[in-house]
Amino acid sequence: MSRLLARWAECTFWLARYVERAENLARILEVQEVFARDLRGAADWKVVLDINADTERFLAAHPQGPTADAVLRFYLIDRDNPTSILCDLRAARENARQLRPLISTELWTHLNVFYNRIAGLGAAEVGEHRLARLCAMIKEGCQTHAGIAAGTLYRDEAWSFAQLGAAIERADQTTRLLDAKLLAFAAREDEEPGSAADAFYWMAVLRAAAGYQAFRRRHPRGLEPRQVATFLLCDSAFPRSVAANLGIVAAELERLRRRYGLRRAAEVLERVEGLTTLLEPRPLDKVMAREHGLHELADALQRGLGAIAIDLAERFFGWTAPAEPAARAAGSIQTSSA
Amino acid sequence: MQGLFADYAADPGVFCEMRDAALANGDDARACFERLDKLSLEELRARAREAESQLYDLGVTFTVYSERTAIDRILPFDVIPRVIPAAEWAVIEAGVRQRVRTLNLFLADVYGPGRALAEGIVPAELVHSNPNFRALMKGFRPPHGSWVNICGVDLVRGPDGRFLVLEDNARTPSGVSYVVENRHLMQRSFADIMRDLPIRPVSDYGRRLHEALCETAPEGVLDPHVVLLSPGVFNSAYFEHVFLAREMGVPLVEGRDLVVENDRVFMRTIAGLERVDVVYRRVDDDFLDPEAFRPDSLLGVPGIVRALKAGTVAIANAIGTGVADDKAVYAYMPRLVRFYLGEEPILPNVETHICREPEALRYTLEHLEELVVKPVGASGGYGITIGTRASRAELEACRARLLARPEEWIAQPVIELSEAPTLVEDGIRPRRVDLRPFVVTGKASWVLPGGLTRVALREGSLVVNSSQGGGSKDTWVLAERRPPASRAAAPGRVP
Repeated sequence: MSRLLARWAECTFWLARYVERAENLARILEVQEVFARDLRGAADWKVVLDINADTERFLAAHPQGPTADAVLRFYLIDRDNPTSILCDLRAARENARQLRPLISTELWTHLNVFYNRIAGLGAAEVGEHRLARLCAMIKEGCQTHAGIAAGTLYRDEAWSFAQLGAAIERADQTTRLLDAKLLAFAAREDEEPGSAADAFYWMAVLRAAAGYQAFRRRHPRGLEPRQVATFLLCDSAFPRSVAANLGIVAAELERLRRRYGLRRAAEVLERVEGLTTLLEPRPLDKVMAREHGLHELADALQRGLGAIAIDLAERFFGWTAPAEPAARAAGSIQTSSA
Repeated sequence: MQGLFADYAADPGVFCEMRDAALANGDDARACFERLDKLSLEELRARAREAESQLYDLGVTFTVYSERTAIDRILPFDVIPRVIPAAEWAVIEAGVRQRVRTLNLFLADVYGPGRALAEGIVPAELVHSNPNFRALMKGFRPPHGSWVNICGVDLVRGPDGRFLVLEDNARTPSGVSYVVENRHLMQRSFADIMRDLPIRPVSDYGRRLHEALCETAPEGVLDPHVVLLSPGVFNSAYFEHVFLAREMGVPLVEGRDLVVENDRVFMRTIAGLERVDVVYRRVDDDFLDPEAFRPDSLLGVPGIVRALKAGTVAIANAIGTGVADDKAVYAYMPRLVRFYLGEEPILPNVETHICREPEALRYTLEHLEELVVKPVGASGGYGITIGTRASRAELEACRARLLARPEEWIAQPVIELSEAPTLVEDGIRPRRVDLRPFVVTGKASWVLPGGLTRVALREGSLVVNSSQGGGSKDTWVLAERRPPASRAAAPGRVP
């Protein structure tokens, strides 16, 4: 058997990442509906744009400002917005197209049908009132993809690269979900940390991460911000936590090194271990004690995850130097949110 | 036919694949249509819709890329199969084998001793001035003398029911994926119709191709690493490249995945460079190696021709086969069959007048209104005059061109292609078809018992190309029935 083509490793990595990204964006949009509404019922969709650092781009295309419908269309079905779910799925599909010889027909067919379904949505179908149903459909589509992948992908190196892509993206997105909460709350001067409204937002974050039940098993009572943050960041038993996903990254790198003799995986592993130490109890205590500590930590984690992705590209995907955007466009279809 | 085909009316003067071949030719071929006849039009349409939605979901498509975004277009699929009785197939199979043998002998000769040129069978300047002649291949000797490892021979049948060769495709013929996928579709939607009929399977293609490619590996390579080189996802045949790579279980690479070092070809993997022994390339000669051919090509592999000449890699099809499937050389194929094999062509050419020959020129000028006049050599589809449809001024212009440079032209009669019942909007109507069988050659040739039947979906159209609104049909090649005793021993088995 031939060794895995470098381009295919890159494509499996990005295929998994893009699907994971689409799922998480659906989760953020869903919870944002809650954030966007303050207690007086006025909506502020600008927060969603801020979290994704898309405000400038959005306003350039929509001078009338961030209305609910405009923002939802921007993130769900805008073909010109590279961070829309439609574009995520299109990028996933184009990576899958390159991988057709490697992946199962079922995996390809599902993604093809799923993409066509989203691509066929009209503007009228993405209004606020349909958001919950739409997000549920998108989440289900992404989860089905992951399920078919788990059930049909051959467990060779490609499998590891897919796991790496999904885990890095998921860890990154969990930090963004946390940020979403922090930003949304900071925007409201009338609400105190620890207030009823604050608890309400934290609960929404947990629900968006499908973590409310799990959190309750861990903490039967109370909803301390500190507990929620620690749970999302450090609880390695929670599948969307940063710690759990860094654990997957480490395990897959170890597998590539041991089973497939890819010694350079060890170099990447060092960076992963460095990042993991940020989540240890004592450094975390210090972080929480600072005013914007949590936001800074989220930032540091995002930067670290981005660096891991670049490490992988340089060592396994055939990048010879830190890539310029133009050079990256020539490779497989990808953008990085890091 | 009392049911589905009750209203079907084949055109007079045209050979009908159902009326004149299947129904007239043995029990099994007749049974195929008798079973279909029991369906209602509504049921047939329902099954056709089902097949179409499967194609769409599978993304079995032609890819047409505009500036901004990819559009996937389905190659129209007609659910009424084309049935080829066993006796007819035997002729086709022997005929295309003979054709491929001749192509290979001709290429070995052209890039070798040049006997056919020296003896005046084919004019030497026709070969040497041909843009597809690759001088750098002189003296090259591929394993087993196989230059054309994959060949698609385009056949048509005229009103008398004889199959004629319209074109040899000896470069990178495509379409075989549709042969196999069309069969899958039929098996999913028409299992009841197909049960127990002796339809020969086409699913073996990938394995046979892989075997043949391994046989062409450089000497001494025990476990050859084969790759399929594709221009990439933007190529209209990308779906087929995927299909073939999957069927063979080999990596589907692009030019950027390969690198040549010390006259050896390597593939870039996650663990570094890995050797490649055989390249099934779906990239044209011109784009294959910017060092040897077009320097602006980004699709190719710089240095791959060096590696080929150093004998470290095999390339299928060989470089330079385009000189053999050219329109100009086509006209000489019957003579080449006789010259190399001492046999009569089993499948005749479409009657071709080679205007460089005075007799043929005179005939052409006298019958201009009935003939298709085609340029030879580089021009491709450009410059064709169809006498039956041309204006007086066009005919005169054509006459002037013929007189000025007769050697640049050939003339052929207009062929009334055979037709087959086809599902269209207003029911089941006759539509014109052609047939492309595929021949795979390593040590020996193997002919896929099936083929791509293309159908002109527009009424009266003789053009079956997919770019001109053509579709395709599943092609059922029937096996000879086993003697009754063995049939009883294995009931329900398709031989």
